[in-house]
Amino acid sequence: MLQLIIFSTLNGVLYGMLLFMMASGLTLIFSMMGVLNFAHASFYMVGAYFGFEISRRIGFWPGFFIAPIAVGAIGALVERYGLRRLHRLGHVSELLFTFGLAFVIEELVQIFWGKLPVDYRVPPSLDFVAFRLFDTTYPAYRMFMLLTAVAMFAALLAGLTRTRVGIIIQAALTHPDMVAMLGHDVPKIFMLVFGAGAGLAGLAGVIAGPALVTQPSMAASLGPILFVVIVVGGLGSLGGAFVASLLIGLVQTFAVAMNTSLAAIFGSAAPPFLGDLWQVTVAELAPIIPYVLLVLMLIVRPTGLMGTRET
Amino acid sequence: MISAMRLLAPWVAMAVLFAAAPHVFTSGSALTMMSVMGTMIIFALSYNVLLGQTGLLSFGHAVYYGLGGFVAIHMMNAVIHAKLGVPVVIIPLVGGLAGVGFGFLFGLVSTKKAGIVFSMISLGIGELVSSSSFILRTFFGGEEGITTNRSALAPLFGHKFGPQIEVYYLIAAWCFLSIVAMYALTRTPFGRMCNAVRDNPERVEFVGYSPRVLRMISFCFAAFFAGIAGGLTAINFEIMNSEQLAAEQSSLALFMAYIGGVSSFTGPIVGAVIVTFLQITLSDVSSVWQLYFGLMFIGVVLYAPDGVVGWVKLHQQAALRGQLWRLAPSYALVAPAFAAAGVGAIMLIELANRQFELVQSEGSAMRLFGVGLDAATAPPWIVAVLLFGAGAVAIRLLWPRIGDAWGAVNERLHSRDAA
Amino acid sequence: MTAALSMHDLHKSFGAMSIIRGVSLDIEDGERHAIIGPNGAGKSTLFHLTSGRIRPTSGEVHLHGERITGLSPFEINRRGLSRSFQITNIFPKLSVYENLRCATLWSLGHKYAFWRSIDRLRDVRERSQWLMEQIGLTGRRDVPAGVLTYAEQRALEIGVTIGGGADVIMLDEPTAGMNNSETEQAVALIRKVTEGKTLVMVEHDMSVVFNLADRISVLVYGRIIATDTPDRIRENAEVREAYLGQASHQ
Repeated sequence: MLQLIIFSTLNGVLYGMLLFMMASGLTLIFSMMGVLNFAHASFYMVGAYFGFEISRRIGFWPGFFIAPIAVGAIGALVERYGLRRLHRLGHVSELLFTFGLAFVIEELVQIFWGKLPVDYRVPPSLDFVAFRLFDTTYPAYRMFMLLTAVAMFAALLAGLTRTRVGIIIQAALTHPDMVAMLGHDVPKIFMLVFGAGAGLAGLAGVIAGPALVTQPSMAASLGPILFVVIVVGGLGSLGGAFVASLLIGLVQTFAVAMNTSLAAIFGSAAPPFLGDLWQVTVAELAPIIPYVLLVLMLIVRPTGLMGTRET
Repeated sequence: MISAMRLLAPWVAMAVLFAAAPHVFTSGSALTMMSVMGTMIIFALSYNVLLGQTGLLSFGHAVYYGLGGFVAIHMMNAVIHAKLGVPVVIIPLVGGLAGVGFGFLFGLVSTKKAGIVFSMISLGIGELVSSSSFILRTFFGGEEGITTNRSALAPLFGHKFGPQIEVYYLIAAWCFLSIVAMYALTRTPFGRMCNAVRDNPERVEFVGYSPRVLRMISFCFAAFFAGIAGGLTAINFEIMNSEQLAAEQSSLALFMAYIGGVSSFTGPIVGAVIVTFLQITLSDVSSVWQLYFGLMFIGVVLYAPDGVVGWVKLHQQAALRGQLWRLAPSYALVAPAFAAAGVGAIMLIELANRQFELVQSEGSAMRLFGVGLDAATAPPWIVAVLLFGAGAVAIRLLWPRIGDAWGAVNERLHSRDAA
Repeated sequence: MTAALSMHDLHKSFGAMSIIRGVSLDIEDGERHAIIGPNGAGKSTLFHLTSGRIRPTSGEVHLHGERITGLSPFEINRRGLSRSFQITNIFPKLSVYENLRCATLWSLGHKYAFWRSIDRLRDVRERSQWLMEQIGLTGRRDVPAGVLTYAEQRALEIGVTIGGGADVIMLDEPTAGMNNSETEQAVALIRKVTEGKTLVMVEHDMSVVFNLADRISVLVYGRIIATDTPDRIRENAEVREAYLGQASHQ
């Protein structure tokens, strides 16, 4: 039992960190530009596939560095030639553009890499056991993922609070017009933020690819959960996104580990009309838990856990 | 008398069109396609009650379509089983009532706020219901779905609605009624205030209306008609499965409404027809037809935000004043550039598809536009790149001429206004 | 006699910032009352508090003796109070006629009717037509409101405000940004359409204020320092010091 708790906590935190890597970029983009980037999970997917392709031809570590930069560059181009045109038409048009983009990216990935999962492997240098607890092992690769995520946050925090660009970005988060009037090149900052956000998502993909399955549906399955995270955490709040990511990561991981059902607890005689619900295990319900959380949060507290704005 | 006839003319024309279509397009596949178009028209129009008319962007509209269809199909089976004398023609109403029931329930939660929050909650509920469909296997039938037999219900004037032609007319009748109803809705105090809420929800409060109540009623109507579409689908295909609740189905509603044009009533009708047509014909021709869809959608978002109908209406004023000819020369110049770029793009996509995806299973030889090509060789790629590149550059260079032509047209239009 | 609109010890703070610090004011039925004061005094905030846009931190607002504190804007509007906005707040995609029509629907009892054709409603048609004539925009009937000139939009703003037939009208800087002749027209319009109604108005243009108002209240730093007839306000030393200043013409 303790073993289950420890490993589930580790995995839950890891999953949460992965979610935060993406949710942070998404929050920054939304706060600054008002655009809810539907293609964010697609950048994650592209990062995984780029990582796969590069690790196949050259090696994992080159992929680790090159892929996120490539994805970031794509993000910057998307902002420059796509989103920038749509600023004047309003946020709905921008959202719809990213929606269409997500669709197109998924199709393109299927053309180039096929519909089946690809064999993106953990590199041999990281393919060992980190530690053994009771009778289960914990892979070193997961510790590596955890380390990368933590390093990324530290870098993000330092970048935002200690560099000149970071402070301008913080200002532009709440007062983009003012920042523009102070003479800063706001469009360029937008491009930078969008590209950086995409790059972060790409990095998440590069490291998650070998651990989770790399397949064309990875964006579509992760995308909605990302939105749950930022809404539950509070639109526009990085801190909220952090808390919500961990919360959802932990809840889902624990749920998957639990094989109990109402039938197991209360006996197999189901009351009328509850039929299926009686038999279903918590593990089977795991995929819908984030959405239940979303709906509950929006009923009880539409601004989210730590949000200050609703739109 | 004459103005009444003028008012009724489009409706009569539409009724005639619906009635006569199967006699013009007589093949079985055409009949199937038109049946699907009929249901999709209702679905897309119901979506636009939310988006175009009330300003609510939903990512989970398929919930009401799917649940309406599932309730309808269970009702059909129940009726068959209990040998009740319920004819299949009123089953879509059952779907509609189911739709509005769930619409009311989920609407209580969904319509509290508008904007991004509404969109996110619609996404959440959509995923919730879609995922639940795999868990609640009795109602949703698991992987195989739920099936039925529409001709096992009580006949109506001797018709059992077995043959596709009878189903087509059933769908066409419901489609006509739904279009009339949804159009009438826009011409009511409620409908007009929905437009106001779309434009300026704050001011709506200061003229005495609750935006929340307006959104809620609009949501219920949208769900009602989506449920009708679902019921018709259940009748048409005699099967319902969880695909019809999925995110892709919700996206389809968005695509149809947006490509047709959300700012006019007829936009979604046009969009539904075009998208259904492409969906059915393109999927035979290319395995990456969905990519074309996505690109088309992005194109509309970037360059024609009022959709096909919006683009046509743009020219309507000019046409009415006899100014269209001014546009002809520049359009004629740019059209080949568009064609070249389009053909080049299609070639690139199909070649890539062949070379990367299909080469393992089907080899690199292919036919495109009736010409045999080998995707593994360089020449087709070179031609594709050249065509696309040349087309794109030409469009870039020639576009200002279109701008100039429009400038001349607008000058004439406004000077005539003043005169 | 119950005042048409009465505010009692209203306070409003945003976090640590106090904007309204204890405003009590009774506006009589049929009165034309102007609220003036330097920038940042809290005049628009006062409007937001009474019309339901924001909630007071403490204090009460009564409309015809009935408590309206904390009610939502539409609940207050239905009880007979209507306000205009300093920054034009109309329906940009709807035409002039449709804008006015939206303002009339609730008060004519049509509410959420989705079973009646709006084209057949004679009362709506007649009232909208009348409103359009009153504000002088009959010639621009089908023009989308977003395309009108600034002065036309301000006129439409007033039209939408009075459209529901409310008997307490609150106008927030109705002549802002207008030149002399536009202002004259606006004043004539305001006088005409608020005949027999209670008018509360925020204004910076002193000629408009002295022209229209029966009484003036002076709001400075969230407090009313004087409420009196125009002549006595002119003479009030405290007011002069706080607001009218040396540069005003007498």
